[in-house]
Amino acid sequence: MARRNGAPEVNAGSMADIAFLLLIFFLVTTTIETDAGLDRMLPPMEPPEEDVVIRQKNIFTVNINKNGQLLVEDELMPLNNLRDAAIAFLENGADGSCDYCQGSKDPASSDNPSKAIISLKNDRETKYSTYITVQNELVGAYNDLRNRASQRIFGTDFTEMESEYLNPETASAVRDELKDKVKRIQDMFPQKLSEAETTSN
Amino acid sequence: MDYKRKKYKKLPAISTASLPDIVFILLFFFMTVTTIKDSPLLVDNELPMADQINKLDKKDRVVDIYVGKPAQELATVFGAEPKIQLDDRLAKVSDVAPYVLSQLAQKPEELRNLITVSLKVDKKVKLGIVSDIKEELRSINVLKVNYTTYEGDAVNEVY
Repeated sequence: MARRNGAPEVNAGSMADIAFLLLIFFLVTTTIETDAGLDRMLPPMEPPEEDVVIRQKNIFTVNINKNGQLLVEDELMPLNNLRDAAIAFLENGADGSCDYCQGSKDPASSDNPSKAIISLKNDRETKYSTYITVQNELVGAYNDLRNRASQRIFGTDFTEMESEYLNPETASAVRDELKDKVKRIQDMFPQKLSEAETTSN
Repeated sequence: MDYKRKKYKKLPAISTASLPDIVFILLFFFMTVTTIKDSPLLVDNELPMADQINKLDKKDRVVDIYVGKPAQELATVFGAEPKIQLDDRLAKVSDVAPYVLSQLAQKPEELRNLITVSLKVDKKVKLGIVSDIKEELRSINVLKVNYTTYEGDAVNEVY
């Protein structure tokens, strides 16, 4: 007899409670993590074919000692000034061939952004956080210059274009277009950051 | 008149029938974005801060290496010197190259040139061990590294 009425309806009122419990569980355990950090290329093991002669004035030396103090171009420098000093060095443009540089054209400093090399040297006892901060400032110097150039030419920040270019969700048509732009800016201020092997003394 | 009559009337009940649906949508969202960590951290891993950072978007192209002091409960066994964690074990510097190579071997061939090694190094670690790892990576020609950091103001962090 009861069959004819069909199965009795299950009370779904507690469904929301169950769903809430699950929701709260996932809320608590979720860590939305996309790691981020400073991208670097290590120098390859085998030395380059021919020896390149680099003039001393085209090298910007940064030394970090074990106490985290900076020796920049043989002068002690606080960390906050590093970025400005690096920018001044990179866009110095002493040989006058760099028309987008706004540097002081000091003949004792770098010839051209494409020749300017930043050399970073650190001690084995240096704290990692100091090292990262210095790296961050040097990359920041490049990014500041590139952003400025990019703002002038394309009206957008370079860092924005780059992250959009690197984002896998960007449509490939947009990516191809960005690739040329990114490349152009990168060629204006190529990132030449060399790291000497660490010393221990 | 109308106003007065309304005042004594009960408010109509809002239907909560669609509440489970909303909750389920939220639930599915969190279920899909959740990543459950596969290896427990055996070392202290408080990353330094930086603000000029690039995102590591593609998980399948990343090999993680953790460096830090052994966690407190392990310190009695492993000592207080910084150690390298590969997957779920603590390792020596000389184990890094074989580990990265074995990870590379598991990736599809077309991705092998695009692998980035994510160095997750505790900020209190001295640089010596980090440069040893970098030497190891150079010796096997894996040159793309990412010093993984938290996002934040770097300069003021140090002082």
